[in-house]
Amino acid sequence: MQDPTKRSKLHLDWHVVEEARNSARKIANQMQIFINRHTTDSVERTVCRLLGIDGVNDFDVPLPNVVVENIKQGNGLKLGAATYIGNAMIETKLTPQEIAERVARNEIDLTSIPLHDLFEIKLVIQEIAQESLNRIAKNREKRDQLLNKYGDKTGPYIYVIVATGNIFEDVVQAVAAAKQGADVIAVIRTTGQSLLDYVPYGATTEGFGGTYATQENFRIMREALDKAGEELGRYIRLCNYCSGLCMPEIAAMGAFERLDFMLNDALYGILFRDINMKRTMIDQYFSRMINSYARVVINTGEDNYLTTSDAYEEAHTVLASQFINEQFALLAGLPPEQMGLGHAFEMNPEIENGFLYELAQAQMAREIFPQAPLKYMPPTKFMTGNIFRGHVQDALFNAVTIMTNQRICLLGMLTEAIHTPFMQDRFLSIENAKYIFNNMKDLGDEISFKPNGIIEQRAQNVLQHAHDLLMEIEKKGLFQALSEGIFAGIKRPIDGGRGLNGVVVKDHQYFNPFIDLMRKELNIGGIE
Amino acid sequence: MGGGLYSSHKKNFDTTRDETKIKPYGDTMNDGKIQLSFTLPIKDGDRAVETARQYVEKLNMRDIQVVHHEALDKEFTFFVVYATATPTIDYTAIQVEELEIETLSMEETDAFIQNNIGRKIIVVGATTGTDAHTVGIDAIMNMKGYMGHYGLERYKMIEAYNLGSQVSNEKFVKTAIELHADVMLVSQTVTQKNVHIKNLTELVELVEAEGLRKKVVLIVGGPRITNDLAKELGFDAGFGPGKYADDVATFFAKEIARRLGK
Repeated sequence: MQDPTKRSKLHLDWHVVEEARNSARKIANQMQIFINRHTTDSVERTVCRLLGIDGVNDFDVPLPNVVVENIKQGNGLKLGAATYIGNAMIETKLTPQEIAERVARNEIDLTSIPLHDLFEIKLVIQEIAQESLNRIAKNREKRDQLLNKYGDKTGPYIYVIVATGNIFEDVVQAVAAAKQGADVIAVIRTTGQSLLDYVPYGATTEGFGGTYATQENFRIMREALDKAGEELGRYIRLCNYCSGLCMPEIAAMGAFERLDFMLNDALYGILFRDINMKRTMIDQYFSRMINSYARVVINTGEDNYLTTSDAYEEAHTVLASQFINEQFALLAGLPPEQMGLGHAFEMNPEIENGFLYELAQAQMAREIFPQAPLKYMPPTKFMTGNIFRGHVQDALFNAVTIMTNQRICLLGMLTEAIHTPFMQDRFLSIENAKYIFNNMKDLGDEISFKPNGIIEQRAQNVLQHAHDLLMEIEKKGLFQALSEGIFAGIKRPIDGGRGLNGVVVKDHQYFNPFIDLMRKELNIGGIE
Repeated sequence: MGGGLYSSHKKNFDTTRDETKIKPYGDTMNDGKIQLSFTLPIKDGDRAVETARQYVEKLNMRDIQVVHHEALDKEFTFFVVYATATPTIDYTAIQVEELEIETLSMEETDAFIQNNIGRKIIVVGATTGTDAHTVGIDAIMNMKGYMGHYGLERYKMIEAYNLGSQVSNEKFVKTAIELHADVMLVSQTVTQKNVHIKNLTELVELVEAEGLRKKVVLIVGGPRITNDLAKELGFDAGFGPGKYADDVATFFAKEIARRLGK
């Protein structure tokens, strides 16, 4: 936690910060009790994937879905998929993949095999589980090796998106962007993927507004970026999205294919994709634990509040959500260095002194989360077809980024409101950012803010509001607060939304080897 | 760069404005100046510059100046080009289906509805299909509105239901029936590979199949939507960039009044 004696440029009241943080901790801890008592279809499918089950059946249904569906039909999910897979392994001497293939051919019905001794099952499973985690650990080592070899950049990472719909075209664009100076490539997902209750399989060439997140697509892009990185002598980071109905499965795929960043927000799916809140809470926990283990930096989605609500009036909800995301991340074993807490430059450009308010918000986040690699999102809501003005808006955004030391800078595109970026759009954006980051490099260190001026007062005011909001949420509980529309004005019923039928209460003998192993290794304390 | 500020040679074009012969305007009437920027999948260099110049020539441009070229990758070069366009266009012969109605303020619209319709107008809005963007529908419907134009939720004489994004056409139509909607508002932001056309066509078909078409005012909006396109697809109106809640509200209030014979 921060050193309270550290001088805040904004003269924030650290007592208020601590109270807000404590309140968020209580909110998260209270939710964690609920989380620990439940599992979901997607959590169990993730266990299958981590046990090495992959591929699809004759109808293109992924085998993890086939297996979990089979266990669910036998009413066995409450014991955990690992229990039945381990049991079948003892019975048949087959591997999890071979078992899954037989389930797909209706040759095995997992819950009708007589249950062997649970201790024996755990022993068999634990061995493969450890191998699987070792595979992920190897990816961590590989990343460290490459970062040691090339060195890592200081200052903001230049983060750009590719979104052609075709993974092979994405590669062309991503490699070009890397050569122009991009440090992070995010492959935007096809619209609608967050609502699929399965992860598509194989390389894909058709998508709308983005490309399917599949393990093969991850692998193809990773390989291309490693190759480009070798040529450039830089490590190019790869980012994808663990949001939607398959949060933990995509986290596992990302861990296997050495993704570096993953979008992962505790509340995003509930608010913006109408995914059931219980489902999301349970899923985010396991997905974040996997992210933590794979040393993936999560990116949270607070920026989305501001595309829906007013960025000036609702700024405190961003800070409150950052506090909540921080606490859920800690509970899943993510250290502050892996928390890319999100926010955005989304105020109406017509606001007088709008730049000052943006600066206040960014500086405040920097001071309150000093170790977090903050993720800063560019203007989108007030981008128009006037690409020339848009380029200036992006320049102001870049100025705040460098002045307040934001770590992950998602570059704005001058053609934001028009199309998914052309190669030249991305080039112009990177040029804009590089110019400003170099030209204004140490400005932030050189300036202090006028005591009691507009910037200081704004930050203090937003902090106080966030503090009050957190107190209110703490009193109500997070589920209740969400159902009342506390964030972005979006109300979600506790038992509404998609995916609730995938939530299962755990039996007291429930078994998930990965939660047990990762908790130990990540030093996660228990909350019961 | 020749031909610019200090050029004293005689311009060989007529500088009077003729509505039947309109050309782009740079700094002199009929100079035809156009700026272009584009990328060619070729290696940067003199040959690339000449290729770009000749390409623009093929577009029927003259006085071509490749003012900037830069490699984006080994095999890709970015160009900025200024050139003179040669064709003219007869402005007097251009017809568009313009929504030529005077936009009323929120208060005026409320009064108009009160006086001419006598009850609240029920509006259901959504971003349909797989499109996840709520920014458009929110800008029109949310209380706060957008760029100083209050959203439909703030209108006293409008009952607004914003269903959010990724709403299936089936659900959208079903909700409209349940709520006895007078107006259905659709927002479409993702237009890659014309996914919105298919989705919007499907909605129109569904509305017709349910026998709703005459009962509702069907409106679509989005950054790539024009009124012409909307009409072609079977909507009553389409609203593109620069249109706000008051424009939309004025349109449907007057349209409903018109249908009532007021």
